[in-house]
Amino acid sequence: MEDILSLSAVELSAAIKEGKTTAVEAMQAVLSKIEEVEKEINAYVTIDKEGALKKAEEVQKKIEAGELSGPLAGVPVAIKDNMCTEGVLTTCSSKILNNFIPTFSAEAVINLEKAGVVMIGKTNMDEFAMGSTTETSAYGVTKNPRNTEHVPGGSSGGSAAAVAANECFFALGSDTGGSIRQPASYCGVVGLKPTYGTVSRYGLIAYGSSLDQIGPITKNVADCATVLEVITSYDKKDSTSIDRKDTDFTSALVDDVKGMRIGIPRDYFGEGLDEEVKNAVLAAAKEFEKKGAIVEEFDLSLVSYAIPTYYTIAAAEASSNLERFDGIKYGYRAADAEGLHNMYKKTRSEGFGPEVKRRIMLGSFVLSSGYYDAYYLKALRVKAMIRKAFDEAFEKYDIILGPVAPTTAPKLGQSLSDPIKMYLGDIYTISANLAGIPGISLPCGKDANGLPIGMQMLANSFEEKKLIQAAYTYEKGTV
Amino acid sequence: MSNIISDETIEYVGILAKLELSDEEKEQAKKDMGSMLDYIDQLNELDTTGIEPMSHVFPVQNVFREDIVTNGDESEKTLKNAPGEKDNMFMVPRTFD
Repeated sequence: MEDILSLSAVELSAAIKEGKTTAVEAMQAVLSKIEEVEKEINAYVTIDKEGALKKAEEVQKKIEAGELSGPLAGVPVAIKDNMCTEGVLTTCSSKILNNFIPTFSAEAVINLEKAGVVMIGKTNMDEFAMGSTTETSAYGVTKNPRNTEHVPGGSSGGSAAAVAANECFFALGSDTGGSIRQPASYCGVVGLKPTYGTVSRYGLIAYGSSLDQIGPITKNVADCATVLEVITSYDKKDSTSIDRKDTDFTSALVDDVKGMRIGIPRDYFGEGLDEEVKNAVLAAAKEFEKKGAIVEEFDLSLVSYAIPTYYTIAAAEASSNLERFDGIKYGYRAADAEGLHNMYKKTRSEGFGPEVKRRIMLGSFVLSSGYYDAYYLKALRVKAMIRKAFDEAFEKYDIILGPVAPTTAPKLGQSLSDPIKMYLGDIYTISANLAGIPGISLPCGKDANGLPIGMQMLANSFEEKKLIQAAYTYEKGTV
Repeated sequence: MSNIISDETIEYVGILAKLELSDEEKEQAKKDMGSMLDYIDQLNELDTTGIEPMSHVFPVQNVFREDIVTNGDESEKTLKNAPGEKDNMFMVPRTFD
């Protein structure tokens, strides 16, 4: 079959079932694309070529035998390197896990396997998902396929770049403060962070446990809904997993926004927002209006407080979660340390990169006695206020529409020198993680340099379907 | 910068975080932490009197289950990635003489 890579994930699976192509042919097409562009893009940390081809053959047989009939059967996928994959190196893009081969797979990965999806390999990311550019990886930077002088965003930069460069048909990412939505925006693809608790975190190497969610990064909205439907599951192994009944997300692929109430927070369009991004998002709002949605501006409040709240909570949780990397149970161990305590310190000091150390130090400080109330508890109180502001907004609106990030993708090498400036780039995405609500990132134009611009839509907890319906309607109107 | 981080504080946080920083890293960490705390201090502009700290966004309860073993002996798997292993146990550097 010609031009197989231009198919979406759902289209590919349908073509395989119709006998127009095979899972093996699809995998070969993806692998030769990888061969062609990977040297420049570096979207992957690990490519499991042999395993992928073997698995594709097995899946093809099962499809032919009628044992696999789901909407994603036979589709090649890329998995972010912070999800455990049995028998396949899982590094979190950190030196401290440079030899870690998990003996089990993450629940989301198992759900994909059961659906007949075939893993190509593991994608590059910011080390332990801490960063906004994929430049903190211990395994080299990933370049934005739309313009290789620019970053792909982060932390799921490898996943977004792999989708944009046709090095996979879709990918999984994880989102703690925008790590799915922002790289999807920078790379011009679709990304969704589900309601907290929707996708099991079992096997996801934790960064900020109360904020982390796994979600899809895809070529279009239909793929996004389909992947979300497949990876969503109630899992007893994740104590924060939610037993949802309304997970038929593809039923929301409806071209209609009539009567939908869309709120545009004035606070999202102030200082610091690039003019071209602003205009593109407001133009998208006009499209919704034309299609019958009720669009109005409102004041969300507390927007600027989301960043300090987030970095306090995320750093605190990270400092606790990353205590497990001590050179004993798995991963890197410093070679010549004397005594147990020295070994811990040396291993961690050699194994972690600067951004991870910075957040562990900050987290240890805000949790330390004497500062716990002033910093950590204060942040949890502000988090409650932020959640309340969203509750009030969703009494009036079905969807909150705004930009994903203040600018399009920055150039490589320009972001890491000023951490606070980099953190400010997360202003529109992080409050969704604090409030536990879902958010989708969707392409809505390009800037003068041809870099993609993304819009973000947020909905109340458990209302992914509203996001999918609105996103699908917008996409229908623009393609 | 209003938050001045002392050498003692960085030393103490290094112990909590189990990180051994070079002198250069310590200086950088003092600067970074000071400016982050300045930034976080914005939160003090908000009156949070009477607001309960929200650790979880949904009213989830602790999940209990019966204390019954459901998995088999996985010691081999558990030890598979250990940097040091001996007699079915994790091996660590000598801790005392």
